[in-house]
Amino acid sequence: MTDVIFTIDAQEIRSPADRTILEAAQENGIYIPRLCHKDGLEPYGGCRLCTVTINGRPTSACTQPVAEGITVENDTEQIRSWRKGIIEMLFVEGNHFCMFCEKSGDCELQALAYRFGISAPRYPYLWPVREVDASHPDVLIDHNRCILCSRCVRTSRDIDGKQAFGFVGRGSDRRLVVNPGSRLADTTLDVTDQAVDACPVGAILRKQHAYRTPVGQRTYDAGPIGAQIETPVDLTIDQGGLP
Amino acid sequence: MAESIGQVVREVCESHACDPTRLMDIVRETQRRLGHVSDEATDAIAHWTGAARVNVAHLISFYSFYTDSPQGRVVIRLCDDVIDRMAGYDKVRAAFESELGIKMGQTTDDGAFTLTHTACIGMSDQAPAALINQTPVTRLSADAARRIIRELREHGDPTKLVHHCGDGNNAHPLVHSMVENNIRLAGPVIFSRVNRGEAISKALALSPTEVIRAVKTARLRGRGGAGFPTGLKWEFARAAPGDRKIIFCNADEGEPGTFKDRVILTECPDRVFAGMAIAGYAVGANEGILYLRGEYEYLLPFLEDVLERRRADGLLGQQIRGRNTFAFDIRIQLGAGAYICGEETALLRSCEGLAGEPMTRPPFPVQKGYLGLPSVVNNVETLACVTKILEEGPATFSEFGTSATSGTKLLSIAGDCMRPGVYEVSMGTSLRQVLDLCGGDQPGAVQVGGPSGKMIAPNEFDRVICYDDLSTGGSLMIFDAERSIPEIVSAFMEFFIEESCGYCAPCRVGNVLLKERLDQIIGGRGEPDDLSYLEQLGTTVRSTSRCGLGQSSPNPVLSTLENFRPAYEALVKTDPDGFKRSFDLSEAVKLAEGIAGRPSVHAQEGDS
Repeated sequence: MTDVIFTIDAQEIRSPADRTILEAAQENGIYIPRLCHKDGLEPYGGCRLCTVTINGRPTSACTQPVAEGITVENDTEQIRSWRKGIIEMLFVEGNHFCMFCEKSGDCELQALAYRFGISAPRYPYLWPVREVDASHPDVLIDHNRCILCSRCVRTSRDIDGKQAFGFVGRGSDRRLVVNPGSRLADTTLDVTDQAVDACPVGAILRKQHAYRTPVGQRTYDAGPIGAQIETPVDLTIDQGGLP
Repeated sequence: MAESIGQVVREVCESHACDPTRLMDIVRETQRRLGHVSDEATDAIAHWTGAARVNVAHLISFYSFYTDSPQGRVVIRLCDDVIDRMAGYDKVRAAFESELGIKMGQTTDDGAFTLTHTACIGMSDQAPAALINQTPVTRLSADAARRIIRELREHGDPTKLVHHCGDGNNAHPLVHSMVENNIRLAGPVIFSRVNRGEAISKALALSPTEVIRAVKTARLRGRGGAGFPTGLKWEFARAAPGDRKIIFCNADEGEPGTFKDRVILTECPDRVFAGMAIAGYAVGANEGILYLRGEYEYLLPFLEDVLERRRADGLLGQQIRGRNTFAFDIRIQLGAGAYICGEETALLRSCEGLAGEPMTRPPFPVQKGYLGLPSVVNNVETLACVTKILEEGPATFSEFGTSATSGTKLLSIAGDCMRPGVYEVSMGTSLRQVLDLCGGDQPGAVQVGGPSGKMIAPNEFDRVICYDDLSTGGSLMIFDAERSIPEIVSAFMEFFIEESCGYCAPCRVGNVLLKERLDQIIGGRGEPDDLSYLEQLGTTVRSTSRCGLGQSSPNPVLSTLENFRPAYEALVKTDPDGFKRSFDLSEAVKLAEGIAGRPSVHAQEGDS
């Protein structure tokens, strides 16, 4: 297959034609922020954090294939403002208390907030009433922190071959549920399933594992999210505190 | 219950060959027989169809006409659209509530009645209106509401509420409805005389590529609002690899204020079905599916009968027009109350027996749509135009309209005007001419294209209906100058919040946040900065949402902030003492008192 050539923020990119914009960027050392996308999973296009513009039109980089000659914008002031807005929406939609959350430091949502310099969301908290499902002996779901990214849904269905998760409801009533049954203990989910590790936030957690990695040695203590993709590593981020 | 749940579900599933792609029909039939789809019924449906249980549960929770909890034998769905609110929704609602002794959203203790609300049911020109089970009741008043309940208490049969039928085919025995067509202006394309079979005969005399060329020569573009060139869409689908291709007619007319497709389906369904068959011939498809919104279920027996007669007359089926080279048949898929299913890929998902969540594009439906097959989705009006183009030739069709936009456009006009109803106008007609036609006397604003369209101010009434200017699916809502623009916009946002599918974050959350701030402003607690807050938030939702719903849902906010800014500026103020107006001290104290379980010290001191 012949390569295609296009630009991202004026940088020329050469990529195999079967890649998405997000993949091609990543292979060329450019980080496009994402939450619902995880390498190895079918692209979902749900969080919209990877929104870029192609010839001026916004679209999600995780679902859009590369094409010859296109002009992609990724890191502009306008796109940063959209992405910041989406991160803030995800914070106010659920109940996120980073200081009490054992995922702190390993959480992609929190890491993105740091990367985008968000100290407090501009939007009002919606304070939804959500449940915790601790029925399973080894795994816990705290729905307060779920951002509906579907990573557990797709991992369980497409990698673990179980379909232990799914969604019900429409619009702001959408919520993660287990399948079948009503409690996690009713499913065939096992602690060794990859779906358990698919969660980008603290919604699906292994029991008895909290604080095994001390604060200071966690994933995003070493560097900002995306740094492992970027060359050279950009350390000039505006670090704010989270609520 | 005479029959067990498991037995009923098994029968229903087997009557649909236990096919999981027919879950829409299986769930509807289950609910019709059992009253609701309980957990046990959901388990059984998953068992017999082999669908994942969570997919069945998702489907039931997604469509507003399906329910997993018991509801009344008679379900009254009162339309709470903006136009209905202007026409007296509050009084009708109060009458239903007092006559039934329940509040909106409740069921009577005897299990006889449920009272609930619903989005626009396509009756804005005869509002207020409601669906009682499947029966539309229109031009409601408080008296009518009380009379309806008394009658239903006697016989319990909503179909017996129809004492006078509407005009045209509304009086057909298979429709038997009080709905009126209100065709105020019949134009030369859609409402011209139909010569059954003529268009198909002429199409079959051409090659499929010649048919596509005719549609291209006529410069036909999609009438649903997006305006994609129809011939080009067909060409893509024809070129797509695969032996099995499907033609869809999008009759999920859900944009509030639109009802022209209902009138087309009532008065000239033959024109639409002929258009589907012609599309099938052009594309190389042998199957068609008409997706009929659940609100129009009352038209289903009539439409099925039209299909049956077309089969009998050789216009559908194995050998169309006696030629064994072309076979084409159509089935009708009923929706169940979800605006998003008007989005073409959500419509395809729904036909696959899933919740109506839009698909990722690319691939586009013409490449991979329904069940991964090349699929063409055309609007009802578009397909009706196709028939006309084949009947009289592309040149005649493109005589109507402008040099840039050919043909006519059906408008559904409602709100503050003398003659609400359906108008077939030439493309290129100005808004001012339209207002003259319908007796909209000096309105303050016109919403063109429904909530997802634009609010137009009087200084722009010379703009014209066409793809290059006011491109619209056909909804026109007229508002007198004394109507509150921010309140109309708030009602539109409520609609989008209810109808968002919830798949993507900006639409799921952003619309809620837009309405929150809008309501602060309407409630007198807005500050000048809130206007730029709304603009920034609205732009984020519009730019980042996944499908057309979220990409257009901020339009009411953004277009009125642009065209009607003084209406907002009059409501927002800076507090002279520098306090934040959005902070309501007494509300906050009340909340704290509730948590503490006692009145605040401050309040006690004040009392003494």
